[in-house]
Amino acid sequence: MDFTPDIQVFCCHYTSQQACSEDSKVLPAEGFPASVSINRLPCTGKLEVSALLKAFENGADGVYVVGCPVDKCHNVMGSQRAAKKVLAVKKALEELNVEPERAEMFHLERGLHPEFIAVAKRMDEQISSLGPSPFKGEVL
Amino acid sequence: MIVANRKPVSEIVDMIKDHERVLLLGCKGCVSVCSAGGEREVEILASLLKLGCQKEGKKIEVIEASFVRQCDKEYIDGLDDFDGKYDAIVSMACGVGVNFIANLRPMTRVYPAVNTSFMGGSAEQGVWSEQCAGCGNCVLHLTGGLCPVARCAKSLMNGPCGGSVGGVCEIDSDVTCIWQAIHDRLKRLDRMNDILAIAPIRDWRPAGHGGPRKVQRDDLTI
Repeated sequence: MDFTPDIQVFCCHYTSQQACSEDSKVLPAEGFPASVSINRLPCTGKLEVSALLKAFENGADGVYVVGCPVDKCHNVMGSQRAAKKVLAVKKALEELNVEPERAEMFHLERGLHPEFIAVAKRMDEQISSLGPSPFKGEVL
Repeated sequence: MIVANRKPVSEIVDMIKDHERVLLLGCKGCVSVCSAGGEREVEILASLLKLGCQKEGKKIEVIEASFVRQCDKEYIDGLDDFDGKYDAIVSMACGVGVNFIANLRPMTRVYPAVNTSFMGGSAEQGVWSEQCAGCGNCVLHLTGGLCPVARCAKSLMNGPCGGSVGGVCEIDSDVTCIWQAIHDRLKRLDRMNDILAIAPIRDWRPAGHGGPRKVQRDDLTI
């Protein structure tokens, strides 16, 4: 089956700023998958569980969060809080018998580093192998 | 506050399987403070119910609302605003709220979204512990403010028992022996005389063993 996943990444201003400010051709040229859409936040600590769930409601096959390294968050605890929110989403997915690997958290250095591209590729592969979101099932 | 925990989503999805329009009702009281059933939790559960039903191939409409409290008639009256818009209520309030809706709305289907756990407090973020059992006959004036009914595994009135070792209860190494703590505290406060007398056999009727309890204040009733 031909399947192109819809993946939503939530990045803080710091981890995504270069990626967003660079020429729009830079990311694809670096190999950033077209399946991943960037949602920019002031800080991932601001992220709510409901925002991640809404992404699934809106048709995402997978979501992930990129925040600052655990000990280097610009807002001290922001990325740690985000990691807890992602854990809550993973737990909720498990409760619904859905693969928790559809939600992930990454702590990356600021700016456009190879790791930013690498985790996007990893998520593209991971979600592609899981297939379409079970939440997209046909409603009777 | 009353401390509660949300039920597993699959359990709630199963409860509402015969309904198409659900009013998901949060409470801005205790369950909001303990992050189990306030406005934020309503938003999360609404998403989860929609996703859970979607996964089962079932259509569901979830209306989100939160009341100041669900344990007073005047606030339950707020349900009038939603008349005709839902065919079941999922309450995120404690069991009191669910009972109140059931009491006051004879024809409304109401389901609990949380497990009501205990009366407690939060000494650190994200952790709540039981502090009071609502036993109806408070002895805290004799026990240095520490409750042997709620915080002793046996609810002993004369403790500690033989299962107390090094200030820890035998049921779990994470549980403080509250009777050891009571002794230590009274000694520190020079109030050991408060517990020298042997407490008599306790009358548990005020604790609910005499049936459902009720408080009536004639100065307030009209």
